[in-house]
Amino acid sequence: MLADKDRIFTNLYGLHDPGLKAAQKRGQWDGTKELLAKGRDWIIDEVKKSGLRGRGGAGFPTGLKWSFMPKQSEDRPHYLVVNADESEPGTCKDREIMRHDPHILLEGCLIASFAMGAHACYIYIRGEYIREREALQRAIDEAYEARLIGKDNLNGWDFDVYIAHGAGAYICGEETALLESLEGKKGQPRLKPPFPANVGLYGCPTTVNNVESIAVTPEILRRGGDWFAGIGKENNTGTKLFCISGHVNQPCTVEEAMSIPFRELIDRHCGGIRGGWDNLLAVIPGGSSVPLVPAEQIIDCPMDFDSLRALKSGLGTAAVIVMDKSTDIVRAISRIAYFYKHESCGQCTPCREGTGWMWRVLERMARGEAEKREIDMLLEVTYQVEGHTICALGDAAAWPVQGLIRHFRPEIEKRIDRYTANPNTETRVVLEAAE
Amino acid sequence: MTETKTLIIDDVEVEVPATYTLLQACEAAGAEIPRFCFHERLSIAGNCRMCLVELKGAPKPVASCAYAVRDCRPGPNGEPPRVLTRSPMTKKAREGVMEFLLINHPLDCPICDQGGECDLQDQAMAYGVDSSRFQENKRAVEDKYIGPLVKTIMTRCIHCTRCIRFSTEVAGVSELGATGRGEDMEITTYLESAMTSELQGNVIDLCPVGALTSRPYAFKARPWELNKTESVDVMDALGSAIRVDSRNTEVMRVLPRTNEAVNEEWISDKTRFIFDGLRTQRLDRPYLRENGKLRPASWQEAFAAIAEKVKAAPAERIGAIAGDMASVEEMFALKSLMHWLGSQNIDCREPHSALHPRHGRASYVFGSTIAGIEEADAILLVGANPRLEAAVLNARIRKAWRAAGTPVGVIGEPADLTYAYQHLGAGPASLAALAAGEIDFLKVLETAERPMIVLGQGALARPDGEAILATAAALAERVGALGGEWNGFNVLHTAASRVGGLDLAFVPGEAGHASAAMLGLEGEAPLDVLFLLGADEMPLDALGGTFLVYIGSHGDRGAHRADVILPGAAYTEKSGTYVNTEGRVQMANRAVFPPGDAREDWSILRALSEVLGVKLHFDSLPELRARLYEADSRFLALDEIPQEAPSGLRKLARARAGDLGEAPFASPIVDYFLTNPIARASAVMAECSALRLGPRAEAAE
Repeated sequence: MLADKDRIFTNLYGLHDPGLKAAQKRGQWDGTKELLAKGRDWIIDEVKKSGLRGRGGAGFPTGLKWSFMPKQSEDRPHYLVVNADESEPGTCKDREIMRHDPHILLEGCLIASFAMGAHACYIYIRGEYIREREALQRAIDEAYEARLIGKDNLNGWDFDVYIAHGAGAYICGEETALLESLEGKKGQPRLKPPFPANVGLYGCPTTVNNVESIAVTPEILRRGGDWFAGIGKENNTGTKLFCISGHVNQPCTVEEAMSIPFRELIDRHCGGIRGGWDNLLAVIPGGSSVPLVPAEQIIDCPMDFDSLRALKSGLGTAAVIVMDKSTDIVRAISRIAYFYKHESCGQCTPCREGTGWMWRVLERMARGEAEKREIDMLLEVTYQVEGHTICALGDAAAWPVQGLIRHFRPEIEKRIDRYTANPNTETRVVLEAAE
Repeated sequence: MTETKTLIIDDVEVEVPATYTLLQACEAAGAEIPRFCFHERLSIAGNCRMCLVELKGAPKPVASCAYAVRDCRPGPNGEPPRVLTRSPMTKKAREGVMEFLLINHPLDCPICDQGGECDLQDQAMAYGVDSSRFQENKRAVEDKYIGPLVKTIMTRCIHCTRCIRFSTEVAGVSELGATGRGEDMEITTYLESAMTSELQGNVIDLCPVGALTSRPYAFKARPWELNKTESVDVMDALGSAIRVDSRNTEVMRVLPRTNEAVNEEWISDKTRFIFDGLRTQRLDRPYLRENGKLRPASWQEAFAAIAEKVKAAPAERIGAIAGDMASVEEMFALKSLMHWLGSQNIDCREPHSALHPRHGRASYVFGSTIAGIEEADAILLVGANPRLEAAVLNARIRKAWRAAGTPVGVIGEPADLTYAYQHLGAGPASLAALAAGEIDFLKVLETAERPMIVLGQGALARPDGEAILATAAALAERVGALGGEWNGFNVLHTAASRVGGLDLAFVPGEAGHASAAMLGLEGEAPLDVLFLLGADEMPLDALGGTFLVYIGSHGDRGAHRADVILPGAAYTEKSGTYVNTEGRVQMANRAVFPPGDAREDWSILRALSEVLGVKLHFDSLPELRARLYEADSRFLALDEIPQEAPSGLRKLARARAGDLGEAPFASPIVDYFLTNPIARASAVMAECSALRLGPRAEAAE
């Protein structure tokens, strides 16, 4: 249980004014100049010490990522790009930050940019986030007005923030597709290597970070990396925004300590599972792209990167999707498969062709209109997609299906049996002779 | 010294430059890597995933086309990185990708024009599995209209994006693109408008499947029933390497061959799609004009009619003009004939052309060579529109511009050349101003180490052509383009025969008339008899009463005015030497025989010479060539460029050669698709031309 004093996002629910004055009262923009005065190396070390892992889903250590940026580039500017294209189904944490606590994000942008030698920062906002963009733009205007950012600002580091508004494609949340989109091209992931730290936005060294990763850094620096590292378990440290949706009594987004057990997270913040704990069927713990975990495995599992990986799932964006026993689990995964089919950029073969294939097979399986050998075939197709694509969308499309087959194969077989025993002819078009 | 790196590829140790990709390294080690999207001359897309290989230490297979050798990490004990191209992981990955490619690909190979030369077919055989597990409905995609040349069957598309990359990068016209996402992604032009590039036909070769095929060739033939003849193209002065595919007596299609020095592996649309013009409007028997009308005649009748006129005419009133597609052999035969007839009135140049062999070879060839464009660091185009005059060469300039940002200046018409350039002016005055240092671009040329000055025929074939040539030569000398190692003085020709003719000195002798005079453009036509060797691009209206003998393949402008027509062979029907604009000697080969009574042009001239009583001293093509090589051994060195110092140019630069005119430069090519008799006989070219010029305005009634 996270103590109130340890909370970073103190206006997560918008109960207070998101404006600059109120934000400063809550401690934001406090001593930023002094933090910068301690130097780039100190900032990166402190972030490394905090054990902060990227909050966008992959969980890559943020401090390490920052240290990949070249120290100095003679001919090319550096860029910070903030990934606010929060599109993973189930995830609704970055929007709360942008709506209600935008200044902490801006402060983080300044600090991170300074740490990487960047004078410009682009915040790429998801196309559907209209109000969020407006709120953030208001905050940016306020910060410019107060000379917290901009040329010759009070903090002593020339720094400009630009908001780029996406057009609503999921793939643009992938960091290199985001850069392509930012450059005005079709949002398709780039080949890696080269990685953005070498060749990123407009061919210049670039770091792409999630909103939450950036937004927590000012507090980490103010309170010290050790404070952050003291929360949660080793290697899974700090506070984390969890977005709990689905069949709980009170779905919510809440800042909690990393590694909080699932049961505690649900009981304390969400009023328990709908219909009680016995009614829990399965949980998708990290946004739609991670494999689901059945009830008995998840209930006492600590919610962090490593514990969930041990369950062959992942923390992802910490978008916890709870499903009780009323869920048609095959149809649910089929719907997710449709999402990935719809959002595949179409660039590389396995994902373009595989996502549609998986969805169509699942769609039949949801009705039971399949053969049992197709379950193994489907599983094999997921392995043919996974790891063979340019970006991770192929993996993201394959994992939910793998999770389903791993844990609910009997359910699929049951449906196939039921259908085979009594084939549903209602949906078939019956040709009748015209009289 | 480039940095190299050692790799172990399937137990073979190879040392390759660190800049190589894994795919190149694998090929260096002798391992074959299947691929669809990868193409040597296009940017790397890495999207087909067919080239996946196992890299030891990497968690998943890597796309070898996109993975750099320098990014490979050594093993734990410092041993070289290992790549496995035949491991189970690689095999599995390839089979998986192959299965994905095939699930939505229609298996309509029996009705697909790509059948037999399809990458997907071949690689499915080599790397795929024998059956499909896909039970769902296959995707169907609506076919797109992208012009009269390229036919689309988009259901077959495997989204390799080669065509998009080609049109964007090489052709420089971003017309093709992908719309939609995921499996709904479709390749199309904007609102299905026709492509406008002169190089669009190359997407047919690039397409690894049958999604983009040749529309004129559709359903005409199968690749295995075609005779393949390697030859060179004569549609422009580049001499692009081509392969002529023929069946029986018909040319079925023309494809490019790779020639790094000239056309890389591209050819222009005119080169590729002209072949239907080889079948129509052909002259397949001699004709004689009687009472103002042409009537079919026998060879004897035709020869007799010519002999009568020639014998009646004094030698200085006989002349000959060689056309744009004449080979060196037939020009040599014609020149010999005229010599023995005692006439000095021969010319192979367009009217008023300033080019002459007396200024040295450097004054009329593309001295930098085509490949040299990529080394140039500043380019000045004078009176040339390379996009129309030599589309493939234009792509080279674009390539240099893309790779190195080579600055380009243009004096002449401000046309869309597919690259950015500085427009310096429209006519000779601007050239003079540039040479005098009044235009800043001079500094660019002066600071450049390898500046190029390209003179087009638009600047040379005009009354003040020699003054322009001299001014350009002076400019070239001033900016160091006539240096010892770098020759930056270039003449861009538009006709395949021109450099060969100039090499042959097919120009009027001391007392001879040049083409303009022969054609009556400078006062009354001075000739009684004029031979036209396929010369259809000359203005014939002022000929007056000249008796015109036309030797050529098509019933075109020359034949319409002719008094006697002797049917010759088109370029696919004869073996002939051509010298391209660089001065590169190349040999075209015969793919099919000329139709009907038509004969190879040299043999017509040989037969005619006997009737005229000045029998030429050769009875076969080899004998003719022996004579030719005796006269000039340069024609013997095939695929080479004879080198000659630009001393004549230097002399020219110092001599003042008349005054510069006022008229702005204009490209000699008015309609790109209709520049020669074969093209004018082609229905495909006519359609392209109509499309480009837009609907003709019609008078309202």
